[in-house]
Amino acid sequence: MLELISLRTALVGPISLRVAAGECVAIHGPSGSGKTRLLRAIADLDPHEGEMRLDDTPAGRMTGPEWRRAVQLLPADPLWWEPTVSAHFTRFDAAAAVALGLPPESGAWPVDRLSSGERQRLALLRALDREPRVLLLDEPTANLDETSRHRVEALLARYRQDKGAAVIWVSHDAEQRARVATRKLRLRDRILVPEQEDT
Amino acid sequence: MTLISLSALDLSVAALLVVLLGVLSWRLHLGIGRELGVAAARTVVQLLLVGLALTAIFEHAHFGWVSLIALVMLLAAGREAMTRQERRFIGWWGFGLGALSMFVSSFTLTIYALLAVIGPEPWYAPQYAIPLLGMVLGNTLTGIALALDRLTQNAWDRRHVIEQRLMLGASAAEAIVDIRRLAMRSGMMPSVNAMAVAGIVSLPGMMTGQILAGAPPLEAVKYQILIMFLITAGTGFGTFAAIWLGAQRLFDGRDRLRLERLQQR
Repeated sequence: MLELISLRTALVGPISLRVAAGECVAIHGPSGSGKTRLLRAIADLDPHEGEMRLDDTPAGRMTGPEWRRAVQLLPADPLWWEPTVSAHFTRFDAAAAVALGLPPESGAWPVDRLSSGERQRLALLRALDREPRVLLLDEPTANLDETSRHRVEALLARYRQDKGAAVIWVSHDAEQRARVATRKLRLRDRILVPEQEDT
Repeated sequence: MTLISLSALDLSVAALLVVLLGVLSWRLHLGIGRELGVAAARTVVQLLLVGLALTAIFEHAHFGWVSLIALVMLLAAGREAMTRQERRFIGWWGFGLGALSMFVSSFTLTIYALLAVIGPEPWYAPQYAIPLLGMVLGNTLTGIALALDRLTQNAWDRRHVIEQRLMLGASAAEAIVDIRRLAMRSGMMPSVNAMAVAGIVSLPGMMTGQILAGAPPLEAVKYQILIMFLITAGTGFGTFAAIWLGAQRLFDGRDRLRLERLQQR
Protein backbone atom coordinates (compact mmCIF):
# COMPACT_ATOMS: atom_id res chain seq x y z
CA MET A 1 0.00 0.00 0.00
CA LEU A 2 2.60 2.56 1.13
CA GLU A 3 5.97 2.34 -0.50
CA LEU A 4 9.05 4.43 0.23
CA ILE A 5 11.97 4.22 -2.19
CA SER A 6 15.26 5.74 -0.99
CA LEU A 7 13.44 8.44 0.94
CA ARG A 8 16.01 10.87 2.24
CA THR A 9 16.08 14.26 3.94
CA ALA A 10 18.98 16.25 5.35
CA LEU A 11 18.63 14.33 8.64
CA VAL A 12 17.35 10.80 7.84
CA GLY A 13 17.50 8.21 5.12
CA PRO A 14 17.94 6.71 2.64
CA ILE A 15 14.93 4.70 3.71
CA SER A 16 13.15 2.08 1.65
CA LEU A 17 10.07 0.52 3.14
CA ARG A 18 6.88 -1.19 2.04
CA VAL A 19 3.89 -1.26 4.35
CA ALA A 20 0.99 -3.50 3.28
CA ALA A 21 -2.69 -2.76 3.87
CA GLY A 22 -3.67 -3.65 7.42
CA GLU A 23 -0.07 -3.82 8.54
CA CYS A 24 1.34 -2.01 11.58
CA VAL A 25 5.05 -1.22 11.56
CA ALA A 26 6.46 -0.17 14.92
CA ILE A 27 9.55 2.02 14.93
CA HIS A 28 11.76 2.95 17.80
CA GLY A 29 15.16 4.51 18.24
CA PRO A 30 17.00 6.75 20.67
CA SER A 31 15.85 10.35 21.14
CA GLY A 32 17.16 12.54 18.38
CA SER A 33 17.58 9.65 15.95
CA GLY A 34 15.14 11.35 13.58
CA LYS A 35 11.93 9.39 14.07
CA THR A 36 9.78 12.52 13.97
CA ARG A 37 11.76 13.80 10.98
CA LEU A 38 11.11 10.54 9.19
CA LEU A 39 7.36 10.75 9.82
CA ARG A 40 7.36 14.38 8.64
CA ALA A 41 9.08 13.37 5.42
CA ILE A 42 6.56 10.56 4.82
CA ALA A 43 3.74 13.09 5.34
CA ASP A 44 5.51 15.25 2.74
CA LEU A 45 5.91 18.14 5.20
CA ASP A 46 9.66 18.43 4.63
CA PRO A 47 11.51 18.56 1.33
CA HIS A 48 13.05 15.18 0.52
CA GLU A 49 14.66 13.07 -2.14
CA GLY A 50 13.49 9.67 -3.27
CA GLU A 51 10.04 8.44 -4.11
CA MET A 52 6.85 7.63 -2.26
CA ARG A 53 3.85 5.73 -3.56
CA LEU A 54 0.39 5.13 -2.21
CA ASP A 55 -1.38 2.20 -3.87
CA ASP A 56 1.11 2.49 -6.75
CA THR A 57 0.29 6.19 -7.27
CA PRO A 58 3.47 8.28 -6.97
CA ALA A 59 3.23 11.14 -4.46
CA GLY A 60 4.01 13.56 -7.29
CA ARG A 61 0.73 12.63 -8.99
CA MET A 62 -1.23 13.89 -5.99
CA THR A 63 -1.13 17.42 -4.57
CA GLY A 64 0.56 17.87 -1.20
CA PRO A 65 -2.79 18.29 0.62
CA GLU A 66 -4.26 15.20 -1.10
CA TRP A 67 -1.28 13.16 0.01
CA ARG A 68 -1.41 14.43 3.60
CA ARG A 69 -5.14 13.77 3.86
CA ALA A 70 -4.51 10.16 2.85
CA VAL A 71 -1.26 9.82 4.84
CA GLN A 72 -2.15 11.42 8.17
CA LEU A 73 0.57 12.37 10.61
CA LEU A 74 -0.54 12.45 14.24
CA PRO A 75 2.16 14.54 15.94
CA ALA A 76 3.33 13.99 19.50
CA ASP A 77 1.99 17.40 20.48
CA PRO A 78 -1.19 18.00 18.47
CA LEU A 79 -2.50 21.57 18.29
CA TRP A 80 -5.99 23.04 18.36
CA TRP A 81 -6.93 26.48 17.14
CA GLU A 82 -10.73 26.68 16.92
CA PRO A 83 -12.70 27.44 20.11
CA THR A 84 -14.32 24.01 20.39
CA VAL A 85 -13.18 20.47 19.67
CA SER A 86 -15.84 19.65 17.08
CA ALA A 87 -15.03 22.74 14.99
CA HIS A 88 -11.90 20.84 13.90
CA PHE A 89 -13.91 17.89 12.59
CA THR A 90 -15.93 17.29 9.46
CA ARG A 91 -18.11 14.94 11.55
CA PHE A 92 -17.46 14.32 15.25
CA ASP A 93 -17.84 10.60 15.91
CA ALA A 94 -19.31 10.39 19.44
CA ALA A 95 -19.22 6.57 19.42
CA ALA A 96 -15.49 6.57 18.71
CA ALA A 97 -15.03 9.11 21.51
CA VAL A 98 -16.79 6.76 23.91
CA ALA A 99 -14.55 3.92 22.72
CA LEU A 100 -11.59 6.04 23.85
CA GLY A 101 -13.15 6.64 27.26
CA LEU A 102 -14.34 10.17 26.49
CA PRO A 103 -17.94 11.30 27.02
CA PRO A 104 -20.03 11.62 23.84
CA GLU A 105 -20.40 15.37 24.42
CA SER A 106 -16.61 15.90 24.40
CA GLY A 107 -16.97 17.40 20.91
CA ALA A 108 -18.50 20.50 22.47
CA TRP A 109 -15.60 20.99 24.88
CA PRO A 110 -13.60 24.21 24.63
CA VAL A 111 -10.09 23.36 23.53
CA ASP A 112 -8.23 25.41 26.11
CA ARG A 113 -9.59 23.23 28.90
CA LEU A 114 -8.34 19.93 27.47
CA SER A 115 -5.82 17.93 29.48
CA SER A 116 -2.82 16.62 27.54
CA GLY A 117 -4.34 13.13 27.55
CA GLU A 118 -7.68 14.37 26.20
CA ARG A 119 -5.85 16.44 23.64
CA GLN A 120 -3.99 13.39 22.41
CA ARG A 121 -7.02 11.11 22.20
CA LEU A 122 -9.18 13.73 20.51
CA ALA A 123 -6.38 14.44 18.03
CA LEU A 124 -6.44 10.75 17.09
CA LEU A 125 -10.18 11.03 16.43
CA ARG A 126 -9.55 14.17 14.40
CA ALA A 127 -6.98 12.36 12.25
CA LEU A 128 -9.35 9.40 11.73
CA ASP A 129 -12.12 11.87 10.82
CA ARG A 130 -10.21 12.49 7.53
CA GLU A 131 -10.42 8.73 6.83
CA PRO A 132 -6.72 8.28 6.05
CA ARG A 133 -5.31 5.23 4.23
CA VAL A 134 -2.08 5.47 6.21
CA LEU A 135 -1.57 6.67 9.79
CA LEU A 136 1.77 7.94 11.01
CA LEU A 137 1.68 7.95 14.81
CA ASP A 138 4.29 9.77 16.86
CA GLU A 139 4.06 8.46 20.43
CA PRO A 140 0.24 8.58 20.37
CA THR A 141 -0.17 7.28 23.93
CA ALA A 142 2.67 9.13 25.68
CA ASN A 143 0.36 11.05 28.04
CA LEU A 144 -2.17 8.30 28.69
CA ASP A 145 -2.82 5.96 31.60
CA GLU A 146 -2.90 2.23 31.01
CA THR A 147 -6.66 1.95 30.44
CA SER A 148 -6.68 4.73 27.86
CA ARG A 149 -3.58 3.28 26.22
CA HIS A 150 -5.34 -0.02 25.65
CA ARG A 151 -8.43 1.74 24.35
CA VAL A 152 -6.36 3.63 21.80
CA GLU A 153 -4.64 0.44 20.72
CA ALA A 154 -7.98 -1.34 20.33
CA LEU A 155 -9.51 1.50 18.32
CA LEU A 156 -6.52 1.62 16.00
CA ALA A 157 -6.53 -2.16 15.51
CA ARG A 158 -10.18 -1.96 14.53
CA TYR A 159 -9.59 0.94 12.13
CA ARG A 160 -6.74 -0.99 10.54
CA GLN A 161 -8.94 -4.03 10.07
CA ASP A 162 -12.11 -2.28 8.92
CA LYS A 163 -10.49 0.14 6.48
CA GLY A 164 -7.44 -1.88 5.50
CA ALA A 165 -5.31 1.04 6.65
CA ALA A 166 -1.56 0.86 7.13
CA VAL A 167 0.02 2.20 10.33
CA ILE A 168 3.52 3.34 11.16
CA TRP A 169 3.75 3.63 14.94
CA VAL A 170 6.64 5.30 16.72
CA SER A 171 6.77 4.14 20.34
CA HIS A 172 9.34 3.99 23.15
CA ASP A 173 7.36 1.32 24.92
CA ALA A 174 8.67 -2.18 24.05
CA GLU A 175 5.57 -3.90 25.44
CA GLN A 176 3.34 -1.70 23.36
CA ARG A 177 5.36 -2.44 20.25
CA ALA A 178 5.00 -6.14 20.96
CA ARG A 179 1.23 -5.72 21.35
CA VAL A 180 0.46 -3.63 18.28
CA ALA A 181 3.10 -4.33 15.65
CA THR A 182 3.05 -6.81 12.82
CA ARG A 183 6.67 -5.81 12.14
CA LYS A 184 9.25 -4.05 14.32
CA LEU A 185 11.99 -1.76 13.04
CA ARG A 186 14.64 0.38 14.62
CA LEU A 187 15.98 3.70 13.35
CA ARG A 188 19.76 3.71 13.71
CA ASP A 189 22.36 5.83 11.94
CA ARG A 190 19.73 7.35 9.66
CA ILE A 191 18.38 4.03 8.39
CA LEU A 192 15.77 1.45 9.41
CA VAL A 193 17.00 -1.95 10.56
CA PRO A 194 15.00 -4.92 11.88
CA GLU A 195 14.58 -4.83 15.63
CA GLN A 196 16.51 -7.61 17.40
CA GLU A 197 14.28 -10.09 19.22
CA ASP A 198 16.24 -9.68 22.46
CA THR A 199 15.97 -5.87 22.70
CA MET B 1 -2.38 86.32 -0.77
CA THR B 2 1.12 85.30 -1.76
CA LEU B 3 3.63 82.93 -0.28
CA ILE B 4 5.84 84.44 2.44
CA SER B 5 9.32 83.24 1.57
CA LEU B 6 11.33 81.69 4.40
CA SER B 7 14.89 82.86 4.87
CA ALA B 8 17.80 80.81 6.17
CA LEU B 9 17.47 82.75 9.41
CA ASP B 10 13.82 81.70 9.75
CA LEU B 11 14.83 78.07 9.43
CA SER B 12 17.64 78.50 11.97
CA VAL B 13 15.06 79.64 14.50
CA ALA B 14 13.16 76.38 13.87
CA ALA B 15 16.41 74.38 14.00
CA LEU B 16 17.06 75.85 17.44
CA LEU B 17 14.06 73.90 18.71
CA VAL B 18 15.53 70.62 17.48
CA VAL B 19 18.86 71.50 19.07
CA LEU B 20 17.07 72.18 22.37
CA LEU B 21 15.32 68.82 22.10
CA GLY B 22 18.70 67.18 21.42
CA VAL B 23 20.27 68.76 24.50
CA LEU B 24 17.36 67.66 26.64
CA SER B 25 17.46 64.05 25.41
CA TRP B 26 21.22 64.01 25.98
CA ARG B 27 20.72 65.17 29.57
CA LEU B 28 18.07 62.50 30.09
CA HIS B 29 20.37 59.80 28.64
CA LEU B 30 17.75 58.78 26.09
CA GLY B 31 20.47 57.59 23.74
CA ILE B 32 18.64 59.13 20.81
CA GLY B 33 20.45 62.49 20.60
CA ARG B 34 22.85 61.28 17.94
CA GLU B 35 20.10 59.78 15.80
CA LEU B 36 18.09 62.97 16.16
CA GLY B 37 21.00 65.03 14.91
CA VAL B 38 21.71 62.75 11.98
CA ALA B 39 18.02 62.59 11.01
CA ALA B 40 17.65 66.37 11.18
CA ALA B 41 20.77 66.85 9.06
CA ARG B 42 19.48 64.26 6.57
CA THR B 43 16.18 66.12 6.31
CA VAL B 44 17.96 69.35 5.41
CA VAL B 45 20.36 67.79 2.92
CA GLN B 46 17.88 65.40 1.27
CA LEU B 47 15.14 67.99 0.92
CA LEU B 48 17.51 70.64 -0.42
CA LEU B 49 18.79 68.16 -3.00
CA VAL B 50 15.25 67.25 -3.99
CA GLY B 51 14.39 70.94 -4.23
CA LEU B 52 17.33 71.50 -6.57
CA ALA B 53 16.47 68.43 -8.61
CA LEU B 54 12.83 69.42 -8.87
CA THR B 55 13.73 72.96 -9.92
CA ALA B 56 15.91 71.55 -12.68
CA ILE B 57 13.31 69.03 -13.80
CA PHE B 58 10.43 71.49 -13.77
CA GLU B 59 12.39 73.59 -16.20
CA HIS B 60 12.98 70.67 -18.57
CA ALA B 61 9.82 68.55 -18.41
CA HIS B 62 11.31 65.58 -20.19
CA PHE B 63 9.71 62.13 -19.86
CA GLY B 64 13.10 60.47 -19.40
CA TRP B 65 14.00 62.64 -16.41
CA VAL B 66 10.63 62.14 -14.78
CA SER B 67 10.94 58.36 -15.23
CA LEU B 68 14.44 58.38 -13.78
CA ILE B 69 13.28 60.24 -10.66
CA ALA B 70 10.32 57.85 -10.34
CA LEU B 71 12.68 54.86 -10.58
CA VAL B 72 14.98 56.24 -7.89
CA MET B 73 11.97 56.83 -5.65
CA LEU B 74 10.79 53.26 -6.20
CA LEU B 75 14.18 51.74 -5.43
CA ALA B 76 14.50 53.77 -2.26
CA ALA B 77 10.98 52.75 -1.20
CA GLY B 78 11.73 49.08 -1.92
CA ARG B 79 14.82 49.22 0.23
CA GLU B 80 12.97 50.98 3.03
CA ALA B 81 10.10 48.45 2.96
CA MET B 82 12.69 45.68 3.26
CA THR B 83 14.57 47.15 6.22
CA ARG B 84 11.36 47.73 8.16
CA GLN B 85 10.75 43.98 8.38
CA GLU B 86 12.16 41.90 11.20
CA ARG B 87 11.89 38.59 9.36
CA ARG B 88 12.23 39.48 5.74
CA PHE B 89 12.45 37.00 2.90
CA ILE B 90 16.01 36.10 2.06
CA GLY B 91 17.56 36.85 -1.31
CA TRP B 92 15.99 39.10 -3.89
CA TRP B 93 12.52 38.38 -2.56
CA GLY B 94 13.13 40.62 0.45
CA PHE B 95 13.52 43.62 -1.80
CA GLY B 96 11.53 42.50 -4.83
CA LEU B 97 8.31 41.64 -3.06
CA GLY B 98 7.76 45.12 -1.68
CA ALA B 99 9.19 46.96 -4.69
CA LEU B 100 7.08 45.02 -7.18
CA SER B 101 3.86 45.49 -5.20
CA MET B 102 4.55 49.20 -4.81
CA PHE B 103 5.37 49.53 -8.47
CA VAL B 104 2.16 47.82 -9.57
CA SER B 105 -0.13 49.80 -7.27
CA SER B 106 1.48 53.24 -6.91
CA PHE B 107 2.52 53.69 -10.51
CA THR B 108 -0.77 52.46 -11.96
CA LEU B 109 -2.78 54.71 -9.67
CA THR B 110 -0.61 57.77 -10.20
CA ILE B 111 -0.78 57.39 -13.97
CA TYR B 112 -4.52 56.80 -13.71
CA ALA B 113 -4.97 59.97 -11.66
CA LEU B 114 -2.81 61.98 -14.06
CA LEU B 115 -4.61 60.80 -17.17
CA ALA B 116 -8.20 60.42 -15.98
CA VAL B 117 -8.53 62.96 -13.17
CA ILE B 118 -6.09 65.86 -13.23
CA GLY B 119 -5.14 65.86 -16.91
CA PRO B 120 -2.06 68.15 -16.94
CA GLU B 121 -0.30 68.96 -20.22
CA PRO B 122 1.82 66.88 -20.88
CA TRP B 123 0.36 64.13 -18.70
CA TYR B 124 3.71 63.48 -17.02
CA ALA B 125 4.19 67.17 -16.10
CA PRO B 126 6.64 66.88 -13.18
CA GLN B 127 4.86 69.51 -11.01
CA TYR B 128 1.98 67.04 -10.75
CA ALA B 129 3.51 63.64 -11.42
CA ILE B 130 6.33 63.68 -8.90
CA PRO B 131 4.54 65.01 -5.79
CA LEU B 132 1.58 62.76 -6.55
CA LEU B 133 3.75 59.67 -6.92
CA GLY B 134 5.69 60.64 -3.82
CA MET B 135 2.61 60.83 -1.66
CA VAL B 136 1.08 57.60 -2.97
CA LEU B 137 4.39 55.76 -2.79
CA GLY B 138 5.19 56.96 0.73
CA ASN B 139 1.89 55.76 2.11
CA THR B 140 1.86 52.53 0.13
CA LEU B 141 5.30 51.84 1.55
CA THR B 142 3.99 52.16 5.10
CA GLY B 143 1.08 49.82 4.43
CA ILE B 144 3.07 47.18 2.60
CA ALA B 145 5.93 47.15 5.09
CA LEU B 146 3.48 46.84 7.99
CA ALA B 147 1.47 44.08 6.32
CA LEU B 148 4.50 42.03 5.26
CA ASP B 149 6.01 42.35 8.72
CA ARG B 150 2.76 41.09 10.19
CA LEU B 151 2.56 38.23 7.71
CA THR B 152 6.06 36.88 8.26
CA GLN B 153 6.04 37.46 12.00
CA ASN B 154 2.67 35.76 12.50
CA ALA B 155 3.56 32.91 10.17
CA TRP B 156 6.64 32.33 12.30
CA ASP B 157 4.82 32.61 15.63
CA ARG B 158 1.99 30.35 14.48
CA ARG B 159 4.07 27.93 12.43
CA HIS B 160 3.00 24.92 14.49
CA VAL B 161 -0.68 25.64 13.96
CA ILE B 162 -0.10 26.16 10.23
CA GLU B 163 1.68 22.82 10.02
CA GLN B 164 -1.01 21.11 12.09
CA ARG B 165 -3.56 22.30 9.54
CA LEU B 166 -1.39 21.03 6.71
CA MET B 167 -1.13 17.63 8.43
CA LEU B 168 -4.91 17.43 8.43
CA GLY B 169 -4.95 18.00 4.68
CA ALA B 170 -5.47 21.76 4.45
CA SER B 171 -4.02 23.57 1.43
CA ALA B 172 -1.45 26.30 1.93
CA ALA B 173 -4.12 28.94 1.30
CA GLU B 174 -6.46 27.39 3.88
CA ALA B 175 -3.69 27.00 6.42
CA ILE B 176 -2.69 30.67 6.33
CA VAL B 177 -5.99 32.37 5.49
CA ASP B 178 -6.50 33.98 8.92
CA ILE B 179 -2.92 35.24 9.12
CA ARG B 180 -3.20 36.64 5.62
CA ARG B 181 -6.43 38.41 6.49
CA LEU B 182 -4.90 40.00 9.60
CA ALA B 183 -1.86 41.15 7.64
CA MET B 184 -4.00 42.77 4.95
CA ARG B 185 -6.12 44.53 7.53
CA SER B 186 -3.11 45.91 9.37
CA GLY B 187 -1.70 47.22 6.09
CA MET B 188 -4.92 49.03 5.22
CA MET B 189 -5.72 50.33 8.68
CA PRO B 190 -3.50 53.45 8.70
CA SER B 191 -4.99 54.92 5.52
CA VAL B 192 -8.56 54.03 6.52
CA ASN B 193 -7.97 55.69 9.90
CA ALA B 194 -6.41 58.73 8.25
CA MET B 195 -9.55 59.18 6.11
CA ALA B 196 -11.77 58.82 9.16
CA VAL B 197 -10.10 61.59 11.14
CA ALA B 198 -9.19 63.89 8.23
CA GLY B 199 -10.29 67.42 8.93
CA ILE B 200 -11.47 66.68 12.46
CA VAL B 201 -8.37 65.58 14.27
CA SER B 202 -5.74 66.19 11.62
CA LEU B 203 -5.34 68.73 8.87
CA PRO B 204 -3.54 66.74 6.20
CA GLY B 205 -0.09 68.04 5.32
CA MET B 206 -0.65 68.49 1.62
CA MET B 207 -3.79 70.53 2.08
CA THR B 208 -2.17 72.65 4.75
CA GLY B 209 0.76 73.23 2.45
CA GLN B 210 -1.44 74.38 -0.39
CA ILE B 211 -3.34 76.74 1.90
CA LEU B 212 -0.05 78.16 3.24
CA ALA B 213 0.99 78.68 -0.37
CA GLY B 214 -2.10 80.80 -0.94
CA ALA B 215 -4.52 78.37 -2.59
CA PRO B 216 -8.24 78.82 -1.81
CA PRO B 217 -9.15 76.31 0.96
CA LEU B 218 -11.83 74.56 -1.09
CA GLU B 219 -9.42 73.92 -3.96
CA ALA B 220 -6.90 72.52 -1.50
CA VAL B 221 -9.60 70.34 0.04
CA LYS B 222 -10.57 68.88 -3.33
CA TYR B 223 -6.97 67.94 -4.00
CA GLN B 224 -6.70 66.44 -0.54
CA ILE B 225 -9.75 64.27 -1.13
CA LEU B 226 -8.27 63.06 -4.40
CA ILE B 227 -4.99 62.27 -2.69
CA MET B 228 -6.62 60.40 0.18
CA PHE B 229 -8.59 58.22 -2.23
CA LEU B 230 -5.45 57.53 -4.22
CA ILE B 231 -3.47 56.74 -1.09
CA THR B 232 -6.12 54.42 0.29
CA ALA B 233 -6.55 52.58 -3.01
CA GLY B 234 -2.80 52.44 -3.59
CA THR B 235 -2.11 51.11 -0.12
CA GLY B 236 -4.95 48.60 -0.35
CA PHE B 237 -4.08 47.17 -3.76
CA GLY B 238 -0.38 47.23 -2.97
CA THR B 239 -0.97 45.40 0.29
CA PHE B 240 -3.11 42.77 -1.46
CA ALA B 241 -0.39 42.18 -4.02
CA ALA B 242 2.40 41.99 -1.44
CA ILE B 243 0.52 39.67 0.90
CA TRP B 244 -0.64 37.43 -1.91
CA LEU B 245 2.90 37.09 -3.23
CA GLY B 246 4.37 36.77 0.26
CA ALA B 247 1.94 34.06 1.31
CA GLN B 248 2.79 32.14 -1.88
CA ARG B 249 6.46 32.41 -1.09
CA LEU B 250 6.00 30.99 2.42
CA PHE B 251 4.97 27.67 0.85
CA ASP B 252 6.31 25.55 -1.99
CA GLY B 253 4.57 23.70 -4.80
CA ARG B 254 3.74 20.80 -2.46
CA ASP B 255 2.05 23.19 -0.01
CA ARG B 256 4.80 22.75 2.57
CA LEU B 257 5.58 25.61 4.95
CA ARG B 258 9.07 26.84 4.06
CA LEU B 259 10.11 29.22 6.84
CA GLU B 260 13.78 28.80 5.99
CA ARG B 261 13.01 31.31 3.24
CA LEU B 262 12.78 33.94 5.97
CA GLN B 263 15.80 35.54 7.53
CA GLN B 264 16.43 34.19 11.01
CA ARG B 265 17.07 36.73 13.72
